Amino acid sequence: MTDSKTPLLDELEKGPWPSFVKDMKQAAEKKPAAADLLNQLELSYKDRIGHWKHGGIVGVKGYGSGVIGRYSDRPDLFPNVRAFHTMRVNHPTGWFYKTDALRKLCDIWDKHGSGLTNLHGSTGDAILLGTTTDHLQPCFDDLSEAGFDLGGSGSALRTPSACVGPARCEWACIDSLDICYQATMTLQDQIHRPMFPYKFKIKVSACANDCVAAIARSDLAIMGTWKGRIQVDPAEVRAYADAGLDIRGEVRDLCPTKCMEWSEADRTLVIHDGDCNRCMHCLNVMPKALRPGKERGASILVGGKAPIVQGSLLSWVIVPFMKLEPPYTELFDLIARIQDWWDENGRSRERLGELINRLGMRHFLKAMGLPAVPQMVKHPRTNPYVFFWPEEIDKKEVK
Amino acid sequence: MAKTDIGPPDYKQFLPPIIRDNYGKWRYHEIVRAGVLKHVGENGDVLYTVRAGSPRLLSTDHIREICDLAETYCDGYLRFTSRHNIEFLLADERRVAPLIEELQAKNYPVGGTGHSISNMVHTQGWVHCHTPATDASGPVKAIMDELYDHFTHMDLPAHVRIALACCLNMCGAVHCSDIAILGIHRTPPRPDNSRLPNLCELPTTVASCPTGAIRADMKNKTVQVNDDKCMYCGNCYTVCPAMPIADPDNDGISIWVGGKVSNARSAPMFSKLAIPFLPNNPPRWPEVVAAVKNIVEVYAARARKHERLGEWIERVGWERFFTLTGIAFTDKHIDDFTLATETFRTTTQFKWG
Repeated sequence: MTDSKTPLLDELEKGPWPSFVKDMKQAAEKKPAAADLLNQLELSYKDRIGHWKHGGIVGVKGYGSGVIGRYSDRPDLFPNVRAFHTMRVNHPTGWFYKTDALRKLCDIWDKHGSGLTNLHGSTGDAILLGTTTDHLQPCFDDLSEAGFDLGGSGSALRTPSACVGPARCEWACIDSLDICYQATMTLQDQIHRPMFPYKFKIKVSACANDCVAAIARSDLAIMGTWKGRIQVDPAEVRAYADAGLDIRGEVRDLCPTKCMEWSEADRTLVIHDGDCNRCMHCLNVMPKALRPGKERGASILVGGKAPIVQGSLLSWVIVPFMKLEPPYTELFDLIARIQDWWDENGRSRERLGELINRLGMRHFLKAMGLPAVPQMVKHPRTNPYVFFWPEEIDKKEVK
Repeated sequence: MAKTDIGPPDYKQFLPPIIRDNYGKWRYHEIVRAGVLKHVGENGDVLYTVRAGSPRLLSTDHIREICDLAETYCDGYLRFTSRHNIEFLLADERRVAPLIEELQAKNYPVGGTGHSISNMVHTQGWVHCHTPATDASGPVKAIMDELYDHFTHMDLPAHVRIALACCLNMCGAVHCSDIAILGIHRTPPRPDNSRLPNLCELPTTVASCPTGAIRADMKNKTVQVNDDKCMYCGNCYTVCPAMPIADPDNDGISIWVGGKVSNARSAPMFSKLAIPFLPNNPPRWPEVVAAVKNIVEVYAARARKHERLGEWIERVGWERFFTLTGIAFTDKHIDDFTLATETFRTTTQFKWG
């Protein structure tokens, strides 16, 4: 028999994967709030239900987002988590840290909060998990002093995120980190002061492998790509073959466009680049031999989201290719036009993709001044319910 | 008064010198072993990355321990991945083996690269959310314990990305995962007529329902739910706290498979429903763990190299997937939301299972 107060959670200290319960217990040694969080979670495990009340609006001066209010529904049992608010701290782009910065965050959070964090939350922020209302402003002040700022929440621009990009990836076709950082800095007002119909997410992946799930998870996805020929190093191709790579089976046969020919006899790879859709598979398998083409930029897609409210959407191509070089004027102009249109036409809690779906892509494209191109669709429409613009119709007076 | 709108610290100050020198100039990379990446620059510089798993929910003391490791082995430079892994960035190859040794001694799993199961993206669950239908950290811990060897070994046909969201809000946006674990309710919300008139805006509450199941009752300043039209998404509760929906006996977990995010080979895909309901059975969710393990094992035994779970299923057919995994196909698997008919089979080309 054990006299532990958390017999159910103790079971989750067993097993090889690192245990969050151990981290909670570690924090609980120092912080009564962490101890009560542990005890309340144990009650949830017993009752099979959450024990947090719905919402609660709290914040810091000048901001309408970045803090998530949270109150226990059993403050009688767990008084130290009566108020247990989250602060979302905008992570350094690419989630790069030097330890002195991380230690500063830890010190601030030990001073003001539960000592528990998420590194990181799903949107990307460093999550400081649990503090009281009176600590919010002092905690923010200390964060600001240390060079940190809050991220987005509610109907705001959520903290943009980016893949590791040119910092550590040979496939980077755009500077995902710089684009993300510049967007974050330029759009600070939108992050801190919710002003939209609903949330808006921007994610930047420097190639089609999409390590930050931009197409699936963001209203505006910036995806690095290239035009022109894949750069082939024939000697390295042969080296892969010599090392035992089955280029026919693992590369050529898996190419979705069948755009390559592999000659076993003279061990040469020929790529018909006009047929290539730049999926990245061959580059992924042979990074030493194949590299993205030299003319680089991004495809811009919009509308991605999770199910709530009208169903999940993957983002749609609206600009097949855009050159992206500082100061990214064309990109930021487009973002501004998109947000203005959404703001003007969107209903409360309507994401961009849902609005485009409701009003029609043609209206969106017209408002953006973007030409319709075949890269935007999987195939043309199959129904004959076609709208024409009034100016396209030859109007004759009817007598 | 503290400065506002300063934004995050400039990431450039956190890049190790070798990255600053080779920024945008990497030539290729290799996965030396599970959890170790070797990036080579055009000038011949070599950067090693050692990737370790993390519970995501970290105490400040645990973070300090991670900092100690980063200071000992990589001059204080580290990063985190979009799947909550820790990455130690080393310019000195001689430090790689000692770092791994110390990580393993301290029970950090080293792996998550290449054709392995990386860390699970997940949400807050009962730890800190007000709308969860299940916990997040607990099921994740139980599943990763079971799949541990697939994190530390690259022994699968391709990447397997598993994610968990504790309700349909999907903070974790799990909807494009190889395996998605999604908390669900199965009973309609219960409008609290005493609190609702003071707490909720009727038009917003009515508009929150994707299936039009909520009607305003103007006379009583509350709403009525048509239980027959409700599919328990919980969105009304998100906008109206007086419509609680949590139900310990009926809440639980659904499992979705075959999604992917990358554009490699096939286009990004949504995950599709595999198992409509498994019970919340804390502390270790054995039914969920067994179901995930079964799917991973059947896939691992049958898929071809480089074939993601969804690509394998599309090749063999969903009817074969249900036969091979032994998962029961039910009327729940057949869509009845807005684009349902696009998923109905319109050909006689199918397999017998």
